[in-house]
Amino acid sequence: MSGARHSLWLASALLLAAAAVLLLGAGVGSTGFDSVLNARTDPVAWQILWDIRVPRTLGAWVAGGLLGLAGAVAQGLFRNPLADPYLLGSASGAALGVALALALFGTSPFATQWLVRLGLTSAAFAGAVLGVVLTLALAKGVQHTLRLLLAGVIVGVVLGAGRDLVTIASPDTLQAMQGFMLGSTGFVGWAACGVMAAMLLVTVLVAASLGRVLDGLALGEATALSLGLPLGAVRGVLVAVLALATGAAVAQTGLIAFVGLASPHLVRSIVKTTHARLLVLSALMGGLLLMAADVLARWIIAPQELPVGVLTAVLGGSYLLWLMHRRRRPGGGL
Amino acid sequence: MKTMSIRRWLGAAAVLCWATALHAAGLQVTDDRGVVVSLPQSPQRIVSLLPSLTETVCELGQCHRLVGVDRYSNHPAPVRDLPKTGGGIDPNVEAIVALKPDVVLMATSSRGVQRLEALGLKVLAMEPKSSADAKRVMGKLGQLLEVSDADRIWRAIDAGVMAAAQSLPADARSLRVYYEVSTGGYAAGTQSFIGELMARLGVQNILTPDLGPFPRINPEYVVRANPDLIMIGVRNVQGMAQRPGWRGMRALREQRVCVFTEAESDVLVRPGPRMAEAARIMARCIGDKGRR
Repeated sequence: MSGARHSLWLASALLLAAAAVLLLGAGVGSTGFDSVLNARTDPVAWQILWDIRVPRTLGAWVAGGLLGLAGAVAQGLFRNPLADPYLLGSASGAALGVALALALFGTSPFATQWLVRLGLTSAAFAGAVLGVVLTLALAKGVQHTLRLLLAGVIVGVVLGAGRDLVTIASPDTLQAMQGFMLGSTGFVGWAACGVMAAMLLVTVLVAASLGRVLDGLALGEATALSLGLPLGAVRGVLVAVLALATGAAVAQTGLIAFVGLASPHLVRSIVKTTHARLLVLSALMGGLLLMAADVLARWIIAPQELPVGVLTAVLGGSYLLWLMHRRRRPGGGL
Repeated sequence: MKTMSIRRWLGAAAVLCWATALHAAGLQVTDDRGVVVSLPQSPQRIVSLLPSLTETVCELGQCHRLVGVDRYSNHPAPVRDLPKTGGGIDPNVEAIVALKPDVVLMATSSRGVQRLEALGLKVLAMEPKSSADAKRVMGKLGQLLEVSDADRIWRAIDAGVMAAAQSLPADARSLRVYYEVSTGGYAAGTQSFIGELMARLGVQNILTPDLGPFPRINPEYVVRANPDLIMIGVRNVQGMAQRPGWRGMRALREQRVCVFTEAESDVLVRPGPRMAEAARIMARCIGDKGRR
């Protein structure tokens, strides 16, 4: 029972910290604290506060939540502590989608008109989902974990090569491509926030309700099957959760490194708990991590901005290193 | 009587509609995305997120209307003191909104376009790549800024290019040139802005037209083509002589290599109003190093 209490404490602490960072985030930006002070009188200051800073901070929280959840799902599903959300080809698929969209832009009036309407966001999402579908087709379904993992890696490499080929053929898109690869939370508005929040709500509920199966799976596939758990169907649903959560986050923010990998480990280093709770806590942890990184990204060298993906890697990575250093216990935390 | 009044009412409504339509029209410019951008009047506060667009606005004599530029815009001198609003690819949305621009000029490939439009800003997306693009952009911006002599300004630039071409000796025509844009073997093809400039100056590009604007070519291709003259930026020239087989090339043996400074490279690679200056830089290189 103490596990449940610990989880509740951690969840409350993560939510409280997120609320504090959100308040901080409303005050940090290139125009400084003035925008907060003048928000009542100056409509532009109000717009900066309410339409830019608040949605991007909240958006970073939601996107981080999606990545944290996807990371926890991936690690549970593949019973592999190194699994991350980008494993099933979604990242390379999204990158290829964006590369193609950028390369096709302006080649013909028809393509341009189409791309203007759809935008890079849809191209990235479609690419991410297509990447996962390709992986599933290659693995012939979700029945064999190892096959799935291998297919994911292969699809990742092949689509990545495709992306490089497209970018080399039109080198003027190199810079834009690099921007996508580094990830950014700077373009998240209320609409993007809403789309991601809806996706997060659905995926968290679905994943958490399947937590018992992941608990069983942790004991090994044979044991899980002997417990009478419906492994096949549940795997399919969890892969869908993984693909949708990752796709939604990547489409809006680009490829943000490390949040998905680090969040479940950070949670496990604080509490030992069942998968249902781990999934929710990982989402909360991922949200806090990306949100903090977003606020720091616009704070450190203000009025300029750092790419947020660089900061998530530095923040999450150094914390994990510190954990590993502190814990002499073999296997502890990681 | 009743039909009469309805007809009169309809007539009045039609006049009203027409008048509002005329008024609402204000200023309309179609950008490179095919989007029609309407403005109530010519913009007085402009943010430009692409160096070539910044330079074009200033060339049209409207530098004073710029209130913010991207971090790569560095010409002409007055824009260096303007607030910097991130880069073209990673624009700082908050900083741009805070400047309250009437219009934002930026590249079509930037992810920021949709976000800025969602925040209610007018965005004119244009990405000049060739000299024809540069001419078209100058026309569009002239229309936007209500500068009547955009055509004349362009003709002056064009005349500058022509003068640079005429300053070259006749034997420059047979000179075969290789222009390397960036390390990793990206070269300026005939369809690129630089390639067009070479053609205007009358020299030969060692790349064939089918290779596209900025092909990534095998170093072996250059050795085989054995250009008379190599043009390269100071940032990429390091280690050029150490490339396998390059030391034996005529251009390196006879030191026919033009190394452009950062500032010169800026002029050469930006498809904008400094085209005549670019032609002069290139002509000087050909004049100095291209003589037999």
